[in-house]
Amino acid sequence: MARDDTALDQETFDRVLAEELGKGTDRRVAEGRARAAALRAARAKSGEGPAATPAPAPAAGDGGAPEPAAAPAAVAAPAAVGATAPAAAAPASVAAATLTAPERQAPAPTGNVPEPKKGAPEKHRLLALVPPEGIQRVEREQGDRINVWPHLLIEEFVAMMIVLAALTIFATFVNAPLRELANPNLTPNPSKAPWYFLGLQELLRYFHPMVAGVLFAPTLVLLALAVAPYVDRNPSTKPGDRKIAITLFTMLLMFGAVLTIIGSFFRGTGYNWVWPWAQGVFFEL
Amino acid sequence: MAKLKLPTPTEALDRVRETEVWRSIFRPGSIFRRGYRDTSRDRALATMNNVLYHLHPVKMKRHGLKLTYTFCLGGLSFFLFILLTITGIYLMFFYRPAAELGSAAAYTDMQNIRTSVFFGDLVRNLHRWGAHLMVFTVTLHMARVFYTGSYKPPREFNWVVGVLLLFLTLGLSFTGYLLPWDQLAVWAVTVGTSLAGYSPLIAKQANFLLLGGVIVGPDTLLRWYVLHVLALPFVLVIFLSVHFWRIRKDGGISGPL
Repeated sequence: MARDDTALDQETFDRVLAEELGKGTDRRVAEGRARAAALRAARAKSGEGPAATPAPAPAAGDGGAPEPAAAPAAVAAPAAVGATAPAAAAPASVAAATLTAPERQAPAPTGNVPEPKKGAPEKHRLLALVPPEGIQRVEREQGDRINVWPHLLIEEFVAMMIVLAALTIFATFVNAPLRELANPNLTPNPSKAPWYFLGLQELLRYFHPMVAGVLFAPTLVLLALAVAPYVDRNPSTKPGDRKIAITLFTMLLMFGAVLTIIGSFFRGTGYNWVWPWAQGVFFEL
Repeated sequence: MAKLKLPTPTEALDRVRETEVWRSIFRPGSIFRRGYRDTSRDRALATMNNVLYHLHPVKMKRHGLKLTYTFCLGGLSFFLFILLTITGIYLMFFYRPAAELGSAAAYTDMQNIRTSVFFGDLVRNLHRWGAHLMVFTVTLHMARVFYTGSYKPPREFNWVVGVLLLFLTLGLSFTGYLLPWDQLAVWAVTVGTSLAGYSPLIAKQANFLLLGGVIVGPDTLLRWYVLHVLALPFVLVIFLSVHFWRIRKDGGISGPL
């Protein structure tokens, strides 16, 4: 049954709402409490009151250890019981059952798997009340939003198809290199790392291996990148406000790109300097 | 004989789309289901009720569509990863990571892929060039994210995951580089791993762990093969899932600037 189909007692609703708002309760919470009270009032009127309000009587005869009616426990209970505290302002006729509710007595856990009650109905109601403090109010501006389908998905599809087509054409006409069988006794000249490590290899020409090899490049750069969001405390994303960050990052990017380009195209036999237009390119992907 | 009236293609299609089988496959809101209307509701359902599309939110900021904001780089990196997975699986059917002295099955298999495998050369080329392109797009994606300031709260952690993904992409590319077992592969990897040999204190251990020996040999090939086809993709997919999930949780596309 949809929420809005439920019969409500309008009079109770208005009164409880006014009382709750008078107490300074948040509007959403107050409406919820008023609705709960009005619902119970309507049910009481139509004569199904006792059935709709589960008897909060202690479990007779069990004699279990008394358990204080802690707020979370009450909340998980069915509607009428859960609303005990909030409904305090509700009219006596409605809230009588809940107001006079004694402390809940729960039987001690026996460890036995409970048997289904004889003659219990097949269907059961699932109902939960959320405590007011459990409600998170999420407020977000609607903004200028569009549907992902079709707008974004079509754009993504077109981008993928363009890349796939370009890559297929390239792969049709340009073969990936395959040299002669590996020979551990014959070092090719020059021997270069894959292109994305050539910046690092180039760096090794200038610095002590310990500095360039592991201390400097991978560790430091990766670490610096990883902690960047925690170091950069500037909340703005406007390029004009981020001159330092953008400068530093661009420098890092240019540094890597220049080193990689030098290592790729300007290093020849013996890893010595060459001019690619004069001595040719010693580079393989 | 009664004249048989053939249904028009449209009618036939409609009849197929009425069947229980069809309707059980395409959930409500699918554009393949009969009765799809171009309404806000059906557009939302089209995103929600599709296993691939529901990575996306139903609605997004309009500026996120602007090509010059994202350049589609993240999506293209993911697409290349899918492409590399598919071409890679195909290549796996024809490749053995064995390079014992005198056999060099790996290299022979490479030659067979180029010459006798059905579309082997094209698939290998796609795999190779796609891999280089992916390193490139992932790097550019990182640059884009930086320049738009998208790593700022609440997206700090997703940036960290992204750095890890870049690292994993390099690892995948580098481990794959050895597999052809030709002069280029072995010596590039020898040079590349010797860079790790410069690490302080643990130089020897690090190198031994990477190579499975003191030089690039058959053990290295097997080790890097397993890393390349199984271990690294496995880790990458986990972080990729976190990456995508966090985009949604952190409020979708960043910006506008």
